[in-house]
Amino acid sequence: MAVIDLANPTRFLNLINRTLPWLTVLTAAVFIYGLYRVAGAPDDYQQGATVKIMYLHVPAAWLGMMGWGLMTVAAFGTLVWRHPLADVAGKAAAPIGAAFTFICLVTGSLWGRPTWGTYWVWDARLTSVLVLFLLYLGMLALYWTAEDPNRSSRAAAILALVGAVNIPIIKFSVEWWNTLHQPASIMRLGGSAIAPSILWPLLIMAIAFTLLFFTLHLAAMRNEILRRRVRSMRMMQAREQTA
Amino acid sequence: MTLGPHASFIIASYIVTAFVVIAMILWIIADYATQRRILRELEARGVRRRSQNASEDTQ
Repeated sequence: MAVIDLANPTRFLNLINRTLPWLTVLTAAVFIYGLYRVAGAPDDYQQGATVKIMYLHVPAAWLGMMGWGLMTVAAFGTLVWRHPLADVAGKAAAPIGAAFTFICLVTGSLWGRPTWGTYWVWDARLTSVLVLFLLYLGMLALYWTAEDPNRSSRAAAILALVGAVNIPIIKFSVEWWNTLHQPASIMRLGGSAIAPSILWPLLIMAIAFTLLFFTLHLAAMRNEILRRRVRSMRMMQAREQTA
Repeated sequence: MTLGPHASFIIASYIVTAFVVIAMILWIIADYATQRRILRELEARGVRRRSQNASEDTQ
């Protein structure tokens, strides 16, 4: 099957139906191994056992940003090629990205209280992630209140492109401003500042969460394709009844 | 494995994450079941999509 064939929703549905069971099993297996490695990982010499929150917080933060990145790419597909699958991909990513951003905010607060002495500060990193969460809520409101997906797709694509400005702000906020949040310690010039005994479980959990994201995204795309089929069939039915 | 004096924060983080992830999975499964049920009902009533009609016409 050529890649271009996947642009056909029916063929894409067939591919999802074939891929999803394998992806689900792989996700569960990597999660089990990741949690096993987390349980055996040592405490941090400064933070103690609270470093275990990092194995949830950091992957959730990455996926919150990746979700918006995916929606930005989908927005190009909607605005430039006007392909319905691009809008389906963007709409399916929105609630999943919002959920991971919510996990990032909550686990960050729960990590901040014992580490910094506070649940929340209005520093650049925390505030820009909160803005990302609010953008996701705006996107969901746009998608879920529109009756006609063709009408909401263009507005959602424009919001995705505008909101993409926030992603580099989140990434570089800890370098551009003085923040309570620590600077980058994993993806930085000169290599990671984290000991391998803590870094490896983190990377395995990041892979597990990423697999979870794509599994849920494919399943949500399947639901959205079916929802649009239902809508189209109801319109056909209404047209036949009025004819 | 001991979680130290801040065990409640660590456990709360894992509970919240598990709750959100499980809620998301259940929501997607329930949505899939709903869309499949509605599609079956429409097909049982003889409603076809335009693309289905077109492919039947060409056969």
